[in-house]
Parts: sequence; structure tokens; C-alpha cells
Amino acid sequence: MILVELQKLVQRPRTWVSFALLCGLPVLVAVLLAVTRIGPEPGEQPAFLSAVLSNGVLFPAAALAIVLPLFLPVAVAVVGGDAIAGEAGTGTLRTLLLRPVGRTRLLVAKLVAMVAFVLTAVVLVVATSLVAGLTLFPAQPAEITSVSGVALSPQQLALRIVAAMLYVAVSMLGVGAIALFLSTLTDSPLAAALGALAALVTSQVLVTLDAAGSVRPYLPTRYWLAWIDLFRDPILWRDIERGLAIQAIYVAVFLGVAWANFATKDIKS
Amino acid sequence: MIETARLTKHYGAQVVVNDVDLTVGEGQRYGLLGPNGSGKTTLIRMLLGLVYPTRGEITVMGAPVPGRVASVLPQVGALVEGPGAYPHLSGRRNLALLDAAGPGGPRRSRRARVEEALERVGLQGLDRRPVKAFSLGMRQRLGLAAALLRGPRLLVLDEPTNGLDPQGIREIRDLLAELNAAGTTVLLSSHLLPEVELLCSHIGVIDRGRLVLQSDLERLRVPTGRVVVTTPDADRAGAMLDGRVEHRGGDRLVVRDSEPALLNRRLVEAGVRVTELVVERRSLEDVILEVTRPGADRVDRVDGRR
Repeated sequence: MILVELQKLVQRPRTWVSFALLCGLPVLVAVLLAVTRIGPEPGEQPAFLSAVLSNGVLFPAAALAIVLPLFLPVAVAVVGGDAIAGEAGTGTLRTLLLRPVGRTRLLVAKLVAMVAFVLTAVVLVVATSLVAGLTLFPAQPAEITSVSGVALSPQQLALRIVAAMLYVAVSMLGVGAIALFLSTLTDSPLAAALGALAALVTSQVLVTLDAAGSVRPYLPTRYWLAWIDLFRDPILWRDIERGLAIQAIYVAVFLGVAWANFATKDIKS
Repeated sequence: MIETARLTKHYGAQVVVNDVDLTVGEGQRYGLLGPNGSGKTTLIRMLLGLVYPTRGEITVMGAPVPGRVASVLPQVGALVEGPGAYPHLSGRRNLALLDAAGPGGPRRSRRARVEEALERVGLQGLDRRPVKAFSLGMRQRLGLAAALLRGPRLLVLDEPTNGLDPQGIREIRDLLAELNAAGTTVLLSSHLLPEVELLCSHIGVIDRGRLVLQSDLERLRVPTGRVVVTTPDADRAGAMLDGRVEHRGGDRLVVRDSEPALLNRRLVEAGVRVTELVVERRSLEDVILEVTRPGADRVDRVDGRR
């Protein structure tokens, strides 16, 4: 069933459109930056962009910072929201369950497909932005400095970018689990995706609000940018660990309720 | 094959299926007949483990449902409320994905299974067109092919001829009869009486959630104890059979008589010319109208207020 889900993901034109858009945005930023040479001030968001003008090797990190806050979670919410509700909409949910595919198996397969989608998206974004960074900007692989100002070797940088990719992928799973849960509640993929996005936007707003300080540590997006700490020297693990823990909790809770709801639900679609 | 006991389903305060004791024997062609909204689809969904009953028990092929539905479904082919397919994929691709999704059947023979199912339902010439370009009838056939994919022992079909033209309905009927002759038990639901009458050996009539009639089809069509005689000498025949003629219209007489052969001899011996002599049987329609109330899609005024 997992293989079938992956095949369905690959055969879906929408998957490739979202990959293209995800990769296109950083490339567009790179082109604009290369043409105008107007970079943001150091320390401004998105992270790393100011350093890219002088060194293209850093552009993959900047690209992650560009797609992370909005674009990537939107794509994940759409995929997660479509998981069960989309099958219900096309009438294939009952066909699958009668095949028979166990409800738990189906849910697990959907989750695996979603994780595969996120990982592929992150890898593609980093790969295309590396190419864009190296062709559009001067590349100085030997002269990379970390955020803390200490020099990094190219090996160190590669390792840290891989770690950042994994962290970004894990960060998306919380939103994905919420979307998957909502997808078992409704027969409308749109409603499920929008619901997950509403949760995302709420979290993003509260993170910036000082009055929400007491709930801030528990918000799913609170530690999203903690992967930047991977580029410090020494690496600052505190927020990264907390971010991973928060995502694990969100995934466990929402997958749990998604499973409980889906396994006992009357399939009327 | 299928047995339910006091099966009941509530949706909130609404009772959709009410105390249904359904019995479908092996090898039967069972037609579940009922007006729209009578609970047919909910009943079928419960038999297949899609909807969980509020009360009551279901046994399919000896296994309790929904408890052990996973062990039953591999031998069941089902089409519930219209076929489901991924609209952007071709018909073949849809069937192959469905085949791969469940247990059993080696990968090597997948193609052969898909082709055989397509041929059975008359879609063997299918090209690479996506399902979204299909007509309703083609989708219906594809749904049937999906139900037949694994050579099931039991076929459960909800409104299988929806969207088909008369030619297609006939083809599907022949196909189902052929499968049944080869040993497949068929349970189908319909709101169309002729469809059930032409195919089924057994019938269950469901009305507002209750199974109001369940019977062998032959047993329903017993003679009414009346004989319809058509004769150009209607006046003479009427005089002769005085007192037993219940109705007369032109040269057609409805006579109360339980022995049509004797009646015929008496008429002929008396010199009455008989054009036609038929034992009157109750039509299935009469039987069903007797046990059901107006369809659930009809909304009558409760009181006489305007």
C-alpha cells in the first residue's frame, strides 16, 4: 500500500507543480539579487541572504529560509489535507477500503507518502538553489564563515546543510499531522488544507506576540527557525532539541486522534 | 452467505435501518428493492464494514462483520454508490493501482487480471484516456471491472446499472447471470423493479429502514384464483358463468375460477369461442405497492393546512 501511495504521488501532476513552484521561488530571488545586487542588510530576514551576494555556496541555506515560513507548509497542508478527504471526494476511499486495505494501513501509507513529499521537496529546493547560487554568484567554498564568525570547512558546511534539511522536514510534520487529522474529519480536501493553514497562521501570529508568551513554547512554529543555530560555532543545540520534541508531540497527538477518528468512522462518502 | 439479525443503524435521532433480518443464501441472485432514501445503501455499507451498526449482528460467509471484515472482503467484489476512480489516471492504471493496493495475487499476473476484468465488462478497447473523460456508463463499467478484479465469491452491487443505456443494462444483466451460473452469489440493490424482476431469484423489499418483504420471487407470483377469458361471445359466456364473473370489459371477462382447464372445456363445449384464456397472477408491482408506502423523496403535507 505504501508503494501504491508513492506511485499515486508521483503520478499526480499537482505534486510536480508544487515542486516546481517551491524550487522556482528561491531561483527567482537569486536572479533578482544577482541582477540588482541589492542585498538585505546583514541580520535581516530571510537569513543568510545578505551573505549570498559575496558567496553563492551559502544560497541553499538562504533558499531554505525563503520557502520555510509559508510556501513549504502550504504545500504540506495541501498534501496532508488531501490524504483522506481527497480519496473520499473521488469515491476511491470506499473502493480502497473494500479492496480491502485496512484503515490503519491506509493512514500509515498516507503519512509515509507525505514524509516522502516533504523530503523530496527539501532536497529539490537545496539542489536547485545550489546550482543557482553557484552560477549567479561568486563561489568561494574555501571562505565560509558561520553565523558566529568562525570559518567552516566545505565538509562542515555540507553536513550542516543536510542536518538543516532534515530539521526543516521534521518541522513540517506537525502541520502535516494536523492536516491529516482534519482530512479524516471532512470529505472536503480544501476544508482540511485550509484548517491546517489556519492553525499555522494562528501559530505564526502568536509566536510574534509578547502577550502570548506563556503559550509560545508550545506552538508548532516556535522553533522553526532553530536550524539557523546549526550554522553557529559551536552549534547551539537547545532550540533544535526543543523544536524536534515539539514536532514529535504534535505528530503523536494528531496522528493519534486521526487514527482514533478514522478507524471508528462511518464511511458515507 | 449473508445473515443479519436485528440490524439497526441510527444517524443521530434518525433511524436509517431498523431491525433488519436479511438472509442471502449461497448461489442466490438477491435483489434488494426499495425507494430512494429507504436505507438500501446504508444497509449495504454495513454489510461491507464501511458503516458500523448501532445494534444487531452481521455474518458474511461465516465471519462476523465488522469484527473480522478483513478476512471476508478479499472474497467479495463490491460496487457501492457509483464507481470511484482517480480522474487524472487512465482506466487501466486505476485498476492496476487498486489491484496493487490490497493483498493477494502476484505482481506478474496483474496485467492479465486487469485485462480480463476489462474484457468482462466490455471495456477491453480502452485507450489511455483519463477517467475524467469517461461517460457515466463507462465509469459504471469500470467500477464493475474493479469489483470483478479478484474473481469474488460474492458480488455486492449498489445500483449497478446506473447511467447505462438499455443495451448496457442488458449486457450487465447477462454478465451477472453468467457469473451467478458459475457459482457467484449476487446481491444487488435497485429502486427499479424491472431490473430486479428480470435478474433475481430472491427479493427483499426495504421501506423506511425496515425489511418489509423477503421472499423467493416465484412464490410471490402465485395465481390470484382468477382467470381472464377473452372471447367474441362474451355475452353468452357471461350468462353461462353468471355469478362468477367479477369484471367485464368489452370481450374480456375476469372469472373467479381455480381450475382453468375445466373452465376452458365447459366454455368450448357450450360453443363459446375462446380467443385467449390466462390464469391471472399478481404482478410484482402490486405485491410491492402493497407492502410499501410512498417514496421517501415525496414530502406530503402533514395536516390539511395550506
